[in-house]
Amino acid sequence: MKELPRIHVRGGRLIDPANGIDDPLDLWLADGKVAAVGSAPDGFRADQVIDAGGQVVCPGLIDLGAYLREPGFEHKATIESETRAAARGGITTLVCMPQTEPVIDTPAVWELIRRRAKACGRARVLAVGALTQGLAGEQLAEMGALAASGCVAVSNGRNPLASTLVARRAMEYATTFRLPVLLCSEDPHLKASGVVHEGAVATRLGLPGIPAAAETVAVARDLALTEHTGCRSHFHTLSTGRAAEMIAQARAGNRRLSADVAIHQLFLMETDVDGFRAECRVDPPLRTHADRERLRQAVAEGEIKVICSDHQPHEADAKAQPFPATAPGISGLETLLPLTLKLVEEKVLALPQAIACLTAAPARVLGLDLGHLAPGASADLCIFDPDAVWRFHASEMASAGRNTPFDGWEFRGRVTHTLFEGRITFKLERP
Amino acid sequence: MNGRVFLQHDAILDLIQGMARLTLQQLAERGIDDPAMVGIHTGGVWVARQLQPLLGITTPLGELDISFYRDDFTRIGMNPQVRPSRIPFEVEERHIILVDDVIQSGRTVRAAMNEIFDFGRPASILLVTLIERSGRELPIQPDVAGLQPPLADDEHIRLLGPEPLELRISGHPGAREPA
Amino acid sequence: MRGDNLQLNEAGELRHFLSIEGLGREHLERILDIAESFAVLPGRQVKKVPLLRGRIVTNLFFENSTRTRTTFELAAKLLSADVINFNVSVSATSKGETLLDTLRNLEAMHSDLFVVRHAHSGAAHFIARHVAPGVSVINAGDGWHAHPTQAMLDMFTIRRHKGDFAPLRVAIVGDIQHSRVARSQIMALNTLGVTEVRIIGPCTLIPAEARSLGVHVYHDLDAGLEDVDVVIMLRLQRERMEGALLPSAHEYFQRYGLTEKRLERAKPDAIVMHPGPINRGVEMASEVADGPRSVILQQVSYGIAVRMAVMSMILGARGGEA
Repeated sequence: MKELPRIHVRGGRLIDPANGIDDPLDLWLADGKVAAVGSAPDGFRADQVIDAGGQVVCPGLIDLGAYLREPGFEHKATIESETRAAARGGITTLVCMPQTEPVIDTPAVWELIRRRAKACGRARVLAVGALTQGLAGEQLAEMGALAASGCVAVSNGRNPLASTLVARRAMEYATTFRLPVLLCSEDPHLKASGVVHEGAVATRLGLPGIPAAAETVAVARDLALTEHTGCRSHFHTLSTGRAAEMIAQARAGNRRLSADVAIHQLFLMETDVDGFRAECRVDPPLRTHADRERLRQAVAEGEIKVICSDHQPHEADAKAQPFPATAPGISGLETLLPLTLKLVEEKVLALPQAIACLTAAPARVLGLDLGHLAPGASADLCIFDPDAVWRFHASEMASAGRNTPFDGWEFRGRVTHTLFEGRITFKLERP
Repeated sequence: MNGRVFLQHDAILDLIQGMARLTLQQLAERGIDDPAMVGIHTGGVWVARQLQPLLGITTPLGELDISFYRDDFTRIGMNPQVRPSRIPFEVEERHIILVDDVIQSGRTVRAAMNEIFDFGRPASILLVTLIERSGRELPIQPDVAGLQPPLADDEHIRLLGPEPLELRISGHPGAREPA
Repeated sequence: MRGDNLQLNEAGELRHFLSIEGLGREHLERILDIAESFAVLPGRQVKKVPLLRGRIVTNLFFENSTRTRTTFELAAKLLSADVINFNVSVSATSKGETLLDTLRNLEAMHSDLFVVRHAHSGAAHFIARHVAPGVSVINAGDGWHAHPTQAMLDMFTIRRHKGDFAPLRVAIVGDIQHSRVARSQIMALNTLGVTEVRIIGPCTLIPAEARSLGVHVYHDLDAGLEDVDVVIMLRLQRERMEGALLPSAHEYFQRYGLTEKRLERAKPDAIVMHPGPINRGVEMASEVADGPRSVILQQVSYGIAVRMAVMSMILGARGGEA
């Protein structure tokens, strides 16, 4: 293996929320790790200097809960294409969901993914293992083996569990191995054939609705089961203001409880679906303005600590259907940071807090020694120009899935370098 | 309204008087004694309303809107002022006097005859127009015409009405198309 | 759709007819005016006009509906268009051929106009977005979303009987939630400026935030019928009883079935409409369906004139584009 270059990141504003740092500090990287912060180690001779003047240097982003589609759905995307997209988006760790084919319910599937990711080398891929066999919701997956082989959490994704009893047992069993459980809480019966938020837009367009209660009923149940089982629960991709309130309330008695929100839920609303815009079809659905404001508030107040992309790349055909037949999801890796920086611009979050939502917070949820830049930490870096104004174009995406509702949006703040384990995996070509 | 006045109400009624005489002559020559009358929207209906009592016709007047029969539909689209065509008598085996204000290309009359045939097969059709002008594109000629004014190709004559009736000419006599 | 002029060409003429939403009062009134001219054709010896001679109309039905397809077919034929009927069974499309594949194949037949019926809301919009530039689309019903020609024939019926829309109070009774007809009727009535639109039904059949449609919501039939000029009854699908939306057809008729006695609440000259086919003894009693205030049979005959009007406007508008 080729020797890693020794890198000096010079002149940037270092924001490392885990260590409470927001100062103009240089970084020195060697052997794929952070060698020193602030002052050069004795005798350090840099092979390469990255001029980060006027830029922000922060830990590489951790995206909690992405769909990489490989194995099984390579017509949508591959680990190769999506790790490339991650690097473009400043993301160095992808936590992939178990909805592959076959499902990640055995160490073998996870091993395959790990090898592919390693060969691609552009980002760290971690796995959320299946909660039940085949995600069928009936029999428990071999969580002990999954934990032993390195899966960082377990989840049934958006696949329903057969009963509340299965939910209880699965949460109890996961607790045996201290595995965090990612919960996509949703009542399948209330959701039924719904495709958009049950509200004024669904009523006008005659689209089957998903009531807010489909989420709140399930969150209430899962909160009760969390209390009962002592499970390390993480609520993934919330969509309703009411659920955010319920979680804030529960957190008063259980600080280990955590939650995330997909970044698109903090910008888009049910009205964006108008005109049958399939690129705005997501699961859970875009909800009301009040929901969006309440979710933003929950992130600002730290009740929801993690922001994710809920990355779901699709082939063009998946969206080229009449609306109810389209596949839900947004290809979101490349807009995760730009949109989060928009929250800073709109004064919802301070910049260090925004970065924490994408780095230290997801690392803490999964108990990972990642998402910070103390000496000895993995040299995973995202360097971005906070003042660069640019326009995002779907046609220029690195992801194999170009299903985005943000085509043509103008952003302030653009990734210039991404470093993964001390290696530059993305560098913005200046025009 | 553009253009210059060509004939005013009373003069037009005089023309229609003359047309009535010629029409009665034609009917007599053909041995027709109980004709019915159909006017083409809009000017033809106005002329027909004046002409009908002069011919002693008591059968109610038929009115045709040929919008659905135009041969230029694909170019100009649906006429927004389209009205129902009404022929309040049995067309089958009836002698019909078809009345229009101006005949130029002959296309309107063709469309009108097509529409009449969709109501039934008439015994005969006699064509009466207030103005017969140049510009024929189909082999259709009026049996009776009130006036044949000499007009340049780019001049237009229009009947306004119904109360008072007025004929107006617009466009420039003698103007030539640019080469 | 919001700022989306998919239905209109640059001259503001009808290019597709997908939904009442997005059309102005002047568009709806023109449809009704032109339909008046077509409504007299059945009195003639030859019922056809040569307007659309040489044009090809394709009925593209992904959902079986012989009634609706027949009225479109007849309308096209009375305009002298050639008609292709294409019934796509669900199984054919589930074999991997996408809707776009089907569309591309049919476009090779040089159709000028697609009349589309599909079980998914938004299907007609989707097809309109993907057809070749010269091709138009009429929505013959998409999911729960819209059935604009049905709504326009209902408007035509109302105008024939009531004249002016402005003073009217109209009640729509039954399964609003699952009714594309009701959605289009509500939008058409509001666009044409009626005094009040009421929807009447049990909570399970009234959509979320129904008031946002511009209606007053009633759950009591007697109260809702008070002083109305027009009563529109909707068809109740049998499967509503299975989805835990209603206990039984019997109870539905008890609460929401229209009888002569209940109709006494409406204005004395109120008319009763139904898009058909009627479930007698479920939505209404036979005495009402066959009674003097029922205009149900006239609705059917007006349907052809209205569809002729829409087809001729759309295929005529294409000239303006060139």
